[in-house]
Amino acid sequence: MATTPASIIGRAVPRIDGPLKTSGTAKYSSDHNFPNMVYAVPVCSTIGKGRIRRLDSSAAEVMPGVVRVYRHGKVPPIYRPIPHDRTARIDESRPPFEDERIYYNGQYVALAVADSYEHAKAAAGAVKVEYDAETPNVSLDLSDGFNDSMQEESKRGDVDAAFASAPVKIDETYVTPVETHNPIELHASVATWDGSRFVLYETTQAVMNHQAVMAQMLGVPRENVQIVMKFLGSGFGGKLWPWPQAMLAAVAARDLNRPVKLVIDRSMMFTCAGHRPRTQQRIRLGATPDGKLVSLEHDYANHSSISTVGHFRENCGEATPFLYSTPNLRVRSNVVDRNVGTPTPMRGPGAVPGLFALESGIDELAIKLKMDPVQFRLMNEPKLDESKGMPFSSRHLKECLTQGAEKFGWSAYKPEIGSMRRGDITLGWGVASCSWIAGRGACKATLSLRDDGTARIACATQDIGTGTYTVFAQVVSEKTGLPLHKIDVVLGNSSLPPGPTSGGSMVTGTVIPAIIQAADAAIRQLLTVATTASDTPFQNRKPEELVLTEGRIQLKSDAASAVPFETILKRANIRTAEGEGNSGPNSTDPQLRNYSFHSFGAHFLEVEWDAGIARLRVSRVVTVIDVGRIVNLKAARNQVEGAIVMGVGMGMLERTIYDPRNGRPVNNNVADYLMATNADCPEIDVTFLDYPDKLLNEVGARGVGEIGLAGVAAAITNATYHATGVRVRELPIRLETLMEQEKGSTTRRA
Amino acid sequence: MIDFALSRASSPAEASEQAAKSKTAQQGAQVRYVAGGTTLIDLMKLDVETPVRVVDINRLELARTERQPDGSLRIGAMVRNADLAHDPNVVRDYPVLSQGLLSGATGQLRNMATTGGNLLQRTRCSYFRDLAYAECNKRTPGSGCSAIGGHNRTHAILGTSEHCIATHPSDMAVAMMALEARIHILNGQSEREVPIGEFYLLPGNTPNLENVLKPGDLITYVTLPPPVAGARSHYLKLRDRASYEFALASAAVVIHVDGERIRKARIAFGGVGTRPWRSPEAEHALEGKAADEATFRAAADAALRNAKPQRDNAFKVELAKRCLIRALTTVTT
Repeated sequence: MATTPASIIGRAVPRIDGPLKTSGTAKYSSDHNFPNMVYAVPVCSTIGKGRIRRLDSSAAEVMPGVVRVYRHGKVPPIYRPIPHDRTARIDESRPPFEDERIYYNGQYVALAVADSYEHAKAAAGAVKVEYDAETPNVSLDLSDGFNDSMQEESKRGDVDAAFASAPVKIDETYVTPVETHNPIELHASVATWDGSRFVLYETTQAVMNHQAVMAQMLGVPRENVQIVMKFLGSGFGGKLWPWPQAMLAAVAARDLNRPVKLVIDRSMMFTCAGHRPRTQQRIRLGATPDGKLVSLEHDYANHSSISTVGHFRENCGEATPFLYSTPNLRVRSNVVDRNVGTPTPMRGPGAVPGLFALESGIDELAIKLKMDPVQFRLMNEPKLDESKGMPFSSRHLKECLTQGAEKFGWSAYKPEIGSMRRGDITLGWGVASCSWIAGRGACKATLSLRDDGTARIACATQDIGTGTYTVFAQVVSEKTGLPLHKIDVVLGNSSLPPGPTSGGSMVTGTVIPAIIQAADAAIRQLLTVATTASDTPFQNRKPEELVLTEGRIQLKSDAASAVPFETILKRANIRTAEGEGNSGPNSTDPQLRNYSFHSFGAHFLEVEWDAGIARLRVSRVVTVIDVGRIVNLKAARNQVEGAIVMGVGMGMLERTIYDPRNGRPVNNNVADYLMATNADCPEIDVTFLDYPDKLLNEVGARGVGEIGLAGVAAAITNATYHATGVRVRELPIRLETLMEQEKGSTTRRA
Repeated sequence: MIDFALSRASSPAEASEQAAKSKTAQQGAQVRYVAGGTTLIDLMKLDVETPVRVVDINRLELARTERQPDGSLRIGAMVRNADLAHDPNVVRDYPVLSQGLLSGATGQLRNMATTGGNLLQRTRCSYFRDLAYAECNKRTPGSGCSAIGGHNRTHAILGTSEHCIATHPSDMAVAMMALEARIHILNGQSEREVPIGEFYLLPGNTPNLENVLKPGDLITYVTLPPPVAGARSHYLKLRDRASYEFALASAAVVIHVDGERIRKARIAFGGVGTRPWRSPEAEHALEGKAADEATFRAAADAALRNAKPQRDNAFKVELAKRCLIRALTTVTT
């Protein structure tokens, strides 16, 4: 699309759904209420492993308002999903109540349904469960994954020989903890059943996938399941795939023939709705004394739930094979079972923990080489994706690093530990690169130009709070010239033309070609109408002689001939001109199959260290991001700034703590699970390079939702090392670690 | 949450009368007052508190802060934390209290939480809050303690017993401890006054008993003694994040330096004790000495001499010391 300076693409357009949200009129999934609706509250296991010996719901069943108590053996069938079906993805594939075994603490063991939430909750509390408890395996040490069963993910050269003979090397292990997605909106399912068909109001980032999974697990044809999700109170990946509460609500609705609302509580968010798994990663790097990387090895394991419940691989090596130039490289991985709930993707899955390890290792190696960490990165910049031997579609990491260094003031960097100060405070500076996959999936969209002068664009994707509604409207506006307020964007319903999952930062790149095609087709139809309808100035003209400009049809040769398109439709007595558009995945496009698509960026970060009181705070972040063309500057900035704040949480605060005796999350609420508050937010300066990646789509836009988080934690630990001399290799940084390890600091500067 | 009756008291005496029907004013009370509700409602949702009657005291006329003829400051039990923190008398004469209040919770919580309620704030011990653990001596006397042997990074290192290591969570009460506040309690027609230093109980073998309140007792006021001329005060709170987190260690200091010597010192710690932790050891180590780093360090060492860390919180000993030293340094320079 040839955009002009006046183009709406790239502008900081406020969200079109903003007023609905700020006025409280946006209807989230759990806001749906129906006559005769009942409420369901799960009962959760209090042991981490074992078997239900006895479950007594007799007292609960006779409590006021109670309708039913479901449990293993007393629940309608819930089927397993088809394994490895890419159109029906789910991480916890064990249907709830499938057997009497307990695989993790907090697992659903019963469901109380009553006429009010309070009655259901009281009943759930009155269900008595006795267990034969066994000792769960919640070991934090994942070394059991480092063995011959590791899976090789990428390999080139001879990494063993290269590492053995490398003159300068590091060999270190990095650990990232379990992080729990904590969107403010809890997972919720409101299920309705009309005797043959389900309409399910779900908190999902993927209405199409959700429909496919629910059809399989409920045992009904796909067309008998409709998924609706109009607004999401954020997901961060935790709402990509269905969780057990969705099936429970649906089978209860069908069984009782009443609408069922099931909103899980915050503690259940920590056990029954996914988490970013714990990872343990060994990085081995070898270099020549002048700083050329000769060997890169990345071995890692992540924990997952017991494999009969679910199996999740955290792809920590996502960016490792192509981030740096090195002739010898190997990435291997493994998954180890633990008695924990099933992990699931969390913002930047794989790359985010992976780049913490890799970008820490690179920093350690640069220090060992006595090289500036920015220079070291620039020196090892690859010319192409060496893992695939393909060119990058568009890679500007060098410019991210140089521009970031300049904006941050990196030239003032003094490498000696603790050497930079501001008053009584020690400053630490750190840098880290980041990367995230770019791509395009399949998508259909339909555009209708209506005789009231408005347009309607429809697609079964969804806006998860990131601005997708607005991006759709912007592209339609760009193509039709209609103002945003005349464009209805209809998303979040599985009965619309199938659209993409809101995950992997793929939506924007995926939907744009489909929208453009749909618009072109609708405009063609409109122009055809204009040439055939009677009583228009264009009768008997050829459609090719016409053009739609700012919502008006005109002869290309005569601007004065312009007529509002709705006038033409009205005269023709046609309600809408319609067009359908399709996007296909870049991976199957023969033109694109030989390119490597990724986004890049660099974070420069400052910490303040007050040794006397062991207080570490992130004070300043400068980030330069290369994600192709920016579609909406406001939404894009919001994504990256938010991701940086999340990165501050990852580096400094976030971890789900399990009781070592029973695998029960200890800090299972948002007061005790620490995330960054406003007071923890540093000064943030984000720059977008804005180089269009025209191979991916006509606009040249890649996704921007995840990349900002990758690398931040490493920049923090790198800066912390610079300030304190303490190398933190296990997140989050804890003040006790700094106190214990900072040499001689206990008596210094109180 | 179980069903409960809600009634509204129109006078302190009426509230007291209703609460007197409870068998205890401690854990397991059948009648509870609700003011801001920031602790009580939370614990009721978790079924940790299961009162059969909740008496709403929000209409009681106890929401004023008044300077008394003797120079003391009388704070109504219903004064909200946010209002108290910004009260001009408090800001001017008792900065330690204003700073302590503002370091606690969030703006939203401080707008609701009250002076009386904050004094009675319950511990954040995860094991106390989670009914999945049968063992909690504070909830169920004699059942055991799950925190000892569990994850106990945030637990207490002072005043613990083999029955309970739960940390007292308040910042406000720590500041009041250093200010030697007096707590006014109404019961029916009678009134009494308890120095805050005698208000809180150590857990010992009855961690379910947290303070001296009896059924029918209603905290009506807190009085702060007149400010000591020439004294300065300060509250410093250390924690992982910059806001909305309980203290890992905090220090409230009120100190009067006369020339070179420290004439009077009142020291209390938060985040480390099973109750707001006044430290006579630190005060003794400070009074009469020069206000310098060596003295501050000696006071910090004295204060923490009897600390008993658990598996995950040994760092609190050093952190509390650094906290006190920094607070003293700040207030004397």
